Amino acid sequence: MHVDEATVRRIARLARIKIADSEVAGLEKELSGILTWVEQLNEVDVAGVEPMTRVVDVTLKQRKDEVTDGQIADDVVRNAPLTEDHFFVVPKVVE
Amino acid sequence: MTDLTNLTLAEARDRLAKKDISSAELTEAFIRAIEAANANLNAYVLTTPDVARAQAKASDERRAKGTVGALEGLPLGIKDLFCTKGVRTTACSRILDDFKPTYESTVTANLWSAGAVMLGKLNNDEFAMGSSNETSAFGPVTSPWRRRGSNAQLVPGGSSGGSSAAVAANLCLAATATDTGGSIRQPAALTGTVGIKPTYGRCSRWGIVAFASSLDQAGPIARTVRDAAIMLKAMASHDPKDSTSVDAPVPDYEAAIGRSVKGLRVGVPKEYRVDGMAKEIEDLWAEGIRWLKAAGATIHEISLPHTKYALPAYYIVAPAEASSNLARYDGVRYGLRVPGKDLVDTYEQTRAQGFGKETRRRVMIGTYVLSAGYYDAYYLKAQKVRTLIKRDFDEAWNSVDVVLTPTTPSPAFAFGEKSGDPIAMYLEDIFTVTVNMAGLPGLSVPAGLSSQGTPLGLQLIGKPFDEETLFRTAQVIEDAAGRFAPPERWWA
Repeated sequence: MHVDEATVRRIARLARIKIADSEVAGLEKELSGILTWVEQLNEVDVAGVEPMTRVVDVTLKQRKDEVTDGQIADDVVRNAPLTEDHFFVVPKVVE
Repeated sequence: MTDLTNLTLAEARDRLAKKDISSAELTEAFIRAIEAANANLNAYVLTTPDVARAQAKASDERRAKGTVGALEGLPLGIKDLFCTKGVRTTACSRILDDFKPTYESTVTANLWSAGAVMLGKLNNDEFAMGSSNETSAFGPVTSPWRRRGSNAQLVPGGSSGGSSAAVAANLCLAATATDTGGSIRQPAALTGTVGIKPTYGRCSRWGIVAFASSLDQAGPIARTVRDAAIMLKAMASHDPKDSTSVDAPVPDYEAAIGRSVKGLRVGVPKEYRVDGMAKEIEDLWAEGIRWLKAAGATIHEISLPHTKYALPAYYIVAPAEASSNLARYDGVRYGLRVPGKDLVDTYEQTRAQGFGKETRRRVMIGTYVLSAGYYDAYYLKAQKVRTLIKRDFDEAWNSVDVVLTPTTPSPAFAFGEKSGDPIAMYLEDIFTVTVNMAGLPGLSVPAGLSSQGTPLGLQLIGKPFDEETLFRTAQVIEDAAGRFAPPERWWA
């Protein structure tokens, strides 16, 4: 699968990664190379095969629906680059 | 006095038990060794001598009172993917910046409650994405091994390259590591050390920086099979905080060592004889077969027909899960923030500057294969292929008890030799990645040296939760092959 320049820019946008104009050609080549390489999977007949959802055959456990932590706002915001009164501060998003 | 850093973990444990040495002395020996070596090897990205000394002192006090854990007083290195409370944890990415977790990973918490001592945080490929440790934001790790007659810097493998280099260079007794596609076994093979990736679910993933959640598992790198067994027993546990961790008792793996392999059925998969495989790797494999036969095991050729599709399927599944997991790095809640003109620009600039090249590449591949219209063609298809890979093994277990393969297609390479070509680097994991795709346990044990005098490893693959068979079989190989250490301590 060859990805073109517009696709590279679209993926970067979806991934929220800014790319410089000078990077686009290189990424086009690298991503196309990898996506072409994985195409060998088309040789495999997967008709009627279930997709794997878990490697070990166990049933997911359920725990009691109860509060097991909380009251740790200081810890939650401790590593944030910018905070105010236990809130994360971001650039204005509504005008 | 002999150099205490030369002891194996088991020997150190026994010397401590006999009160021949104290944890304080042992820990001090490692702190000095790291100070002398780390500028040359770059194995540690953070040393924690104050934490180590305090833990060693507390351990000696506990011992004096007669309370002794399984790893009492033993100094270890911790891969920087494990969250350590109050101690910087970065996954060797700029985007985590100066992140100091307010909690401890379950695996490291298990180690500390067993009495272990933390020497520091070990280098790795950024977010464990790599096979050479060259993608780390802290720069590459240099292997203590060199080719005969050459000073070229070799890679220690990856992603757990700090762990493998530190263990091989005696900068810790053993180290924690993680393995998503081969990141424990490949570096172990390239440095003459023992590494085991246990069955998916054996160790808790809680508090380990996530790469690809359906494939990630923690395990140890150590100098001997016995040391790896002691470490895994201490690391593994059932953990309600990780719903994929398995609620089954952890066996005493060390007790499996020394048990006979007489009558053990060893499978040799024909699909692992790949085109262009180095002659010395083939010879090593044949040697391994002879050793196990001589010990009474029987050898059976088996077929794992979907082997060649494991790597391409992996390079859909792993980046897809990575792109989801790494969405959390947004410059808002922790880590690096690069201010932009609005919120989206802040996200985009933070992630552009915070992620390295390989991480950006994988996040973009993952984003693409999960994007609208492509999910079925890529991700769903890859997960179906994964079912077939696992089915191959399920079938094999009808006729064999364990599988023997080489760990890597070639010996350690030099800096820059493969970093220009992503697919050449991905092929490093060709023999290891099937094991992650099927969730099985896999162990790499040193088995010989290449024509250039660098280590080579053999891989043992086991049934789910049958790590004991891997340990007892690996011990037979270690007994036959001997142990391997770098011939010259040029780094200290």
